[in-house]
Amino acid sequence: MIVFQPLLLTLKVASLATLFSFLAGVALAWFIAHFRFPGKEWMDAILTLPLVLPPTVLGYYLIVLLGRRGWLGQFLLNNLGISLMFTWQGAVIASAVVSFPSFPLIFKSARASFESVDQNLEKAARTLGSSELAVFLRVSLPLAWRGMLAGAMLAFARAMGEFGATLMIAGNLPGKTQTLSLAVYSAVQAGNDALATTLVLITSIVCVLVLVSSGKVLKSSYTKEVDR
Amino acid sequence: MKSSLLKRGLVIVMVSLPVFALNSVTHKSACAQQELLVSAAASLTNAFKDVGKQFEAANPGVKVVFNFASSGALMQQIDKGAPVDVFASADQKTMDQAGEKRLLLVETRKDFVSNGLVLVVPKGSKLVIKGVKDLLGAKIARIAMGNPETVPAGRYSQEVLTKAGLWEALKPKYILAETVRQTLDYVARGEVDAGFVFSTDAIVAKERVRVAAKAEGHQPIRYPVAAIRGTKKLEISQKFIDYLLGSEGQAILARHGFGKP
Repeated sequence: MIVFQPLLLTLKVASLATLFSFLAGVALAWFIAHFRFPGKEWMDAILTLPLVLPPTVLGYYLIVLLGRRGWLGQFLLNNLGISLMFTWQGAVIASAVVSFPSFPLIFKSARASFESVDQNLEKAARTLGSSELAVFLRVSLPLAWRGMLAGAMLAFARAMGEFGATLMIAGNLPGKTQTLSLAVYSAVQAGNDALATTLVLITSIVCVLVLVSSGKVLKSSYTKEVDR
Repeated sequence: MKSSLLKRGLVIVMVSLPVFALNSVTHKSACAQQELLVSAAASLTNAFKDVGKQFEAANPGVKVVFNFASSGALMQQIDKGAPVDVFASADQKTMDQAGEKRLLLVETRKDFVSNGLVLVVPKGSKLVIKGVKDLLGAKIARIAMGNPETVPAGRYSQEVLTKAGLWEALKPKYILAETVRQTLDYVARGEVDAGFVFSTDAIVAKERVRVAAKAEGHQPIRYPVAAIRGTKKLEISQKFIDYLLGSEGQAILARHGFGKP
């Protein structure tokens, strides 16, 4: 179906992009937070850059890097026979890069609030005989988890709406790389307002569903924490 | 103390920037320059920039602003009320559609150039392509062309391939681009093995692409231009169209590889 295909593709791309940027974002944020090394601020800035740069700039960087004649693209093509241009996997990478900075930001703020509020909770847990691992798993993680989930939500929303970098890397190929946002663009360009309206409504409904359900997850995990 | 002074300075600069910007905008419009908005097919990009410069030189006080995209997308913008004065499309079909939607001042419509369609490959490509039939070869994995729904060059390509009986067979290889210039870029970067562009586009990127074959079997490619019904600058719009058809305009267009209409 003309509407179903881009929807499924969008969900697939956004989920995978969120997963990748979650893992990379949390790992790098933890690394930056816990180690001192020269150029730390610079690395922090460069990792946050995708948040402020226009997606077309990111798309261009990705083309230069991953294109058939790009540094990494050439290596992948010659050694593994993989080309990411015009593939949905390419769309995942584009969306992951664009949604990636949501994590360090959320992680940082979660960590900051955790540090300011939670010292007493941690100490209390220790005085009550909890091991360091138990303190981390039962106190620190559940509190940081909320921020991380919020980050995942942000990243997912951003990945779903990704347009510029995806168009440049993955192209706009119906049935192959055409996500919802690209399908809307094509429908408007071709003057197919009926299709555009349908796609726009579906996108809006999906986004509302994502927001409501993630809001519920956040709320329930939070209240559980308070009850405990 | 020092840093707070610096901060205060920064704040003053930041607050006053928009004021300066606003000031320059109002200043410009006070100069009463006439702005002509021309929506033109992507393949006209380089040629029209030259034409625009010469036209401005010949008509002091007129500033030509171009909006380049696929002809189909431009027509949709005009249909949705974009304040365009002149529209130049790369095919008759898009202009006909604009006519049906009563967007044009029909009496101003004129064909002003012709063009050809070619099959291009990346400069260093070792693939042997002598005609569209060779696109069936197993070594050719990706063929770029404009999206036939909105890009005239893509529509001509579809015509060529359909006539050759290859359209369905080659379908898995198509990479559809938003404009003919995007097709050209895909070929120039070596992201695709071959692509269909206008012969004038191939000239623009002659250092990076090679013309492998002429693509034949399509309708004659003639570009029409017309003034838009809603224009408030009909006089200048007509002047611009006349300039395109006149000897000076035609000379510039010929320099960019376009043929006579």
